[in-house]
Amino acid sequence: MPTIILDFFRAVWRGPFGPTGLVILGICLALAILGPAIAPYDPVARNYDAAGKLLRLASPSWQHWLGTTLLGRDVLSQMLVGARPALLVGGLTALGTVLIGVNIGLIAGYFGGRIDSFLMRLTDMFLGLPFLPFIIIVLSLTGRSLTTMVIAMTLVMWRSTARVVRAQVLSLREMPFIAAARITGASDLAIIYREIAPNIMPIALVSVAFALAWAIITEASIGFLGFGDPSVVSWGSIVYDAYASQMMYRAPWWVIPPGIAIMVLVSAVYFVGRAYEQVINPRLRTG
Amino acid sequence: MAGYLLRRFWHMVLTLFAMATLMFFLFRLLPGDPTATVISPSLYPKAQEAMRQQFGLDRPLFEQYLLYLRNLLVLDFGFSFQTNRPVFEMIQGRLLNTLLLILPSMFAAYLLGAVIGAIAAWKRGSAGEVGLVFTATALQSAPLFWLGMLAILLFSIKLDLFPIGHIVTPGLFPEQDWRMYLSADFLHHLALPFLVNTLYQLCFPLLLMRSTMLSTIGEDYIELARMKGLSERRVLFGHAARNALLPLATTLPMILGWAVAGSVVIETVFSWPGLGLLMVEAISRADYPVAQAAFLLIAVLTVFGTFIADLLCGLLDPRIVYA
Repeated sequence: MPTIILDFFRAVWRGPFGPTGLVILGICLALAILGPAIAPYDPVARNYDAAGKLLRLASPSWQHWLGTTLLGRDVLSQMLVGARPALLVGGLTALGTVLIGVNIGLIAGYFGGRIDSFLMRLTDMFLGLPFLPFIIIVLSLTGRSLTTMVIAMTLVMWRSTARVVRAQVLSLREMPFIAAARITGASDLAIIYREIAPNIMPIALVSVAFALAWAIITEASIGFLGFGDPSVVSWGSIVYDAYASQMMYRAPWWVIPPGIAIMVLVSAVYFVGRAYEQVINPRLRTG
Repeated sequence: MAGYLLRRFWHMVLTLFAMATLMFFLFRLLPGDPTATVISPSLYPKAQEAMRQQFGLDRPLFEQYLLYLRNLLVLDFGFSFQTNRPVFEMIQGRLLNTLLLILPSMFAAYLLGAVIGAIAAWKRGSAGEVGLVFTATALQSAPLFWLGMLAILLFSIKLDLFPIGHIVTPGLFPEQDWRMYLSADFLHHLALPFLVNTLYQLCFPLLLMRSTMLSTIGEDYIELARMKGLSERRVLFGHAARNALLPLATTLPMILGWAVAGSVVIETVFSWPGLGLLMVEAISRADYPVAQAAFLLIAVLTVFGTFIADLLCGLLDPRIVYA
C-alpha cells in the first residue's frame, strides 16, 4: 500500500498540471485543518462599524477583505471555515465509494456467472437512480447532517467504480499469474485480494479522484439548494444565503468567492486525477 | 436485436419497480407517524380518517405496498398537502417544461462537444488547445448553480439582455395553454438557462472526444490512412473522429441521466417551473406526496432516457447487442 501511494505522487509530479493540482489540494487541506483557527472573525457573528451600526452588505475593506453579508457576517471568515465541510464530506464519500465499489467490482468480475449478473443488475439499478434528487429526499426525511450526506452519497456513488473495476478484473482473471496462483492452491479470497486487488489499485485511485470531485460539487449543490446541515457554514451554504436574501446582485463579493473556491478545488482534483490516469494509461498522453 | 430490445425493456421495468419500492419504504420508515407523509396533518381529523381508509393506511404494510403500486400504475399519486389538489394535476405541465429545457441543450452540448473536441485533438499541443482544455476543466469544475447566478448577474442585471428567471413573463399567459410555448417571450426566457446548461454540459463530451481521438492516433488504421498520403485533416476527421464518436455515444445514457437529475439545480437558479424545482419546493414545504411523485417521474425520465440511448448504441455498434 505505501509503495502505491509513493508511486502515485511520483507519477503525478511529472508534467505541469499534476503538481499544480497537488499544491492547490495541499493549500485546501491546510485550510480545512486551520481554517477556523485563522478566520479573523466568528463566521456567524454580526459585525458593527465604529458607530455601532450593523455592517450590512459592506463592500470589501481592510477590516473585511471580502466584505460582509446581509446580516453583517464576515465573508472571508465564512470562506475559511467552509473548506472543512467540503473536504470532509468529499474525502469520506470518495473513500466509502471506492471501498464499496472496488469490492463489488472484484467479486462480480472474479466469480462471474450468477453473482456477476446479480451485482451488475444492482449496479444498473443504482445507475438509474437520479443522484441529486435522491440525496435531497434522504436528507429531508432523515435529518440534515454531514453524516447523512456522506452515507447517502456513498450509497449511490459506488456504482461507477464497481463497473470500471469489474471490467478490469475480467481481463486480469485470464492472466497466467492467476492460473499460477490457483495451481499453488491459493483460495479465491487470497487470489482476489492478494493477486488481483494490487493490480487494480491504480484504477481505484483514479476513481477516488473523480468521486472526490463529484462529491465536493454535490455537497455544494446540496448546500445551495438549502438542504445542507443548518449548523455548518459551507461554500454551498454561503451561495444559498446570498441567493435566498435576493441581495446577491448588490453584493458580488458575497457570491463570487465561494464559486471560485469550489472551481479551483475541483479543478485541482481533476488535474491530479488526469495526470495520474495518463501515467497508468500512456495512450492518453498528448502527441 | 429484438431479443436485446426485450431484455433492455425488462431491465427498465425491473429498475423502475425497484425504485418505486425504495421510495415506498423510504417514506414509511420515517420516525413518528408513518402516515404523516401521505396524509396532510393540516386536514380535519375526520377527513384524515377518511383518507387513511382510502389509501389503506390502516392495513398491514404489505397490503399498503400493493395498493401503492396499483395507484402508481393508474397515475394516482394522492393529494398535495399544500393545495389539496390531485398531485397528478400539478405534475402534468412540469414534465414538458423540464424536457424543453434539458433535451435541446443536451443535444447542442453533444454536437458542439464532439466538433470542438475533434478540433482540439487536431490542434493538439498548441497554446490554444492547452487553453481550451484548461477552460473546459475549470468550467466542468464550477458548480452549475453558481454559473447560472453569474450569468443572471451579468446578462440579466448588468446588460439587461434576458429576463431574470421564470418560463414566461408572469401574467402574460394566465391560463397555462400551449400557445405559451410558441411565443417569443418563452424563447427569450429559455435562452439564458439553455446557454448556461449547454456550456456546462459541453465540457464532458469535448474532453472525452479529444482524449479518445488522441488514443486512436497509434492505431493501425490511422497509420494506414497516413501511409495512403491523406492530409492530417482527413486522417483525423475522416478516420479518427468517426471511430471516436462511438465511445462518445455510449456515454450518452449516463450523461442524459445526470442532466435530468441535475435539472434540480438549473431549474432552481432560473425559477424554471419544471419537475426539479417542483420537487425542491415540495420538500421545503414538507409536501411529501408531490415530492415523491416528482422524484419518481424524474427517475422514470432518467431510466427511460438510458433505455433509448442504449438502443441507439446497440444500433450504432452491433457488438453491444451480441455481447
